[in-house]
Amino acid sequence: MENKKIRVLIAKPGLDGHDRGAKVIARALRDAGMEVIYTGLRQTPEQIVETAIQEDVNVIGLSILSGAHTHLFPRIMEILKEENVDDIIVIGGGVIPVEDIPELKKIGITAIFTPGSDTRDIVKFIKEKVK
Amino acid sequence: MFDKEEINKIKKQKREWEKNTLNKTLDRFPERKELFVTGSGKEIERLYCPENIPELDYDKDLNFPGQYPYTRGVQPTMYRGRFWTMRQYAGFGTAEESNQRYKYLLEQGQTGLSVAFDLPTQIGYDSDHNMSLGEVGKVGVAIDSLKDMELLFSGIPLDKVSTSMTINAPASVLLAMYIAVAEKQGVTPDKLNGTIQNDILKEYIARGTYIFPPKPSMRLITNIFEFCFKEMPRWNTISISGYHIREAGSTAIQEVAFTLADGIAYVDAAIKIGLKVDDFAPRLSFFFNAHNDLLEEVAKFRAARRLWAKIMKERFGAKNKKSLMLRFHTQTAGCTLTAQQPDNNIVRVTIQALSAVLGGTQSLHTNSRDEALALPAEKSVRIALRTQQVIAYESGVTETVDPLAGSYYIEKLTNEIEKQASEYIEKIDNLGGVSYAIEKGFIQQEIQNSAYKYQKNIEENSQVVVGVNKFKIKEGAPKGLLRVNPKVGRQQVEKLAKLKSERNNGKVKGNLELLKKAANTEINLMPIILECVKSYATLGEICDVLRNIFGEYKESVKL
Repeated sequence: MENKKIRVLIAKPGLDGHDRGAKVIARALRDAGMEVIYTGLRQTPEQIVETAIQEDVNVIGLSILSGAHTHLFPRIMEILKEENVDDIIVIGGGVIPVEDIPELKKIGITAIFTPGSDTRDIVKFIKEKVK
Repeated sequence: MFDKEEINKIKKQKREWEKNTLNKTLDRFPERKELFVTGSGKEIERLYCPENIPELDYDKDLNFPGQYPYTRGVQPTMYRGRFWTMRQYAGFGTAEESNQRYKYLLEQGQTGLSVAFDLPTQIGYDSDHNMSLGEVGKVGVAIDSLKDMELLFSGIPLDKVSTSMTINAPASVLLAMYIAVAEKQGVTPDKLNGTIQNDILKEYIARGTYIFPPKPSMRLITNIFEFCFKEMPRWNTISISGYHIREAGSTAIQEVAFTLADGIAYVDAAIKIGLKVDDFAPRLSFFFNAHNDLLEEVAKFRAARRLWAKIMKERFGAKNKKSLMLRFHTQTAGCTLTAQQPDNNIVRVTIQALSAVLGGTQSLHTNSRDEALALPAEKSVRIALRTQQVIAYESGVTETVDPLAGSYYIEKLTNEIEKQASEYIEKIDNLGGVSYAIEKGFIQQEIQNSAYKYQKNIEENSQVVVGVNKFKIKEGAPKGLLRVNPKVGRQQVEKLAKLKSERNNGKVKGNLELLKKAANTEINLMPIILECVKSYATLGEICDVLRNIFGEYKESVKL
């Protein structure tokens, strides 16, 4: 693991076009030495899981600001399970009400980073988890 | 505005002041920072004096309001005549729920409507499409057919209100639905006031709700220009938007540059299909962001107005005064709202709204304090509207036209923003125009670089955000957030099924067939889209016909 770069997929599920956060985080992770793949907009849950498996990533970072996380995040976790993937850490971010977070954690999303998060905290979090 | 001698005299006096007064103070009390910069990262001097604007020519650069180059405003009396239109962007859930919100806002003294559509509607999918799952009714109202549109405006007389619709890729379809609803109320298209956003270029750049590739998209847009010139003389056919470019992270200078560059592309496209510039240019409108740096924002609005007037006159030879006037809507900057201590956002919004008013906006949306957390609750929306009303009725800034004109700093900044935006536009021209600059990812990357820099500045504390990286408190989860009824998606799907079983499906099929034929030719598509809509063909059905012929846009992503 020592010389291997951490691989991260930053994904925009659903129809939401707000990609400022996703792109800023992609760049911050890259600057922190990670290998980052960014999907671009309008990805279905199936496409995201497929890309994650193909690219052999350690982490999936999901970004949604439209409120569709309540539907799309669980769907992605479901497909990961169906595909027997259990070694990818999934984190999320965007406009996500605090009261939704416990439910998202219950279905296996490791962390949710809401507006105002520091990219350095996200880098630190990922480095600690992927060891 | 000053003669050379006068300027030299002031210059000399300034040196003396620096030597005898300033330096003593600096020795005892050093300044807070080595370098002071605007939101765009440009250095700000300690003090602005006549020497900073030696070339300023009153007639040429400022002139009177309502006169070229419109730096001081597009009307002679501005807010002494009439306030800006107070227009809160709203819409969520079903058409019935949004209709209630509109009626509430009108009762509260709002003067124009602004419709937010959900993402499936904006991307031309019906509520029962696979891609719509989880998105129906979320960020705006779900509209599948004329049926929904009838409910949305039920009890609202369309000859009495002006309506702005944030719709881009399928703008023709929603405009057609609006015309059809008005017709049912007995209001003819020539009586309708309002705006469709209809700005596809910034969707490719920053907002993401595109459907078709640039070429057919530009055709749909110029079709609307032509149709409205003939049928809807009061309608703003496009709202060329810098708002989302700024939200995506651009600076104020980039916002002006990329927005006006998009404007140039639309004018070029319309002229190319044979329209005369003075026939369509008077109905072009703009949409800008009001960010935190109050004085830079005021200068930005003034610079944009002057630069657009020059472009229309010099580049396109427009003669009609109205073609030269940059009229604009403003929304306060959503990206500046914090999830932490959300009530502080009311203050941010006030400052931003003030910049729009001091900059001479024609209409304004003020954000609600809770928008970094969820869609705004009714009480938050009321405070946001009240903010505008306090500025209008209590602050006094409305009582004279362009009150900040003549300020050495404001005039210097206005000049700088105009100059730097012009340089960007020249660069884009040299790259081969906006479409090419988008295809190559140039504009997107410029914006991404600025966004990244902004974030780094916050994280390194060189930019303080109150409540986020300074003056933090421990706080509990916010209460009273709006939640969209989770049943909306199912209700829409049921409504859609019912519609499809009740309408004249033969007629729908026939109209869609005609649309297909028309799309394969060069003729204006508005009339046939109007027929499709009236027969209750759905938005998704109409867009699918066009998707099959025009193809779909694929974004070019560069990090």
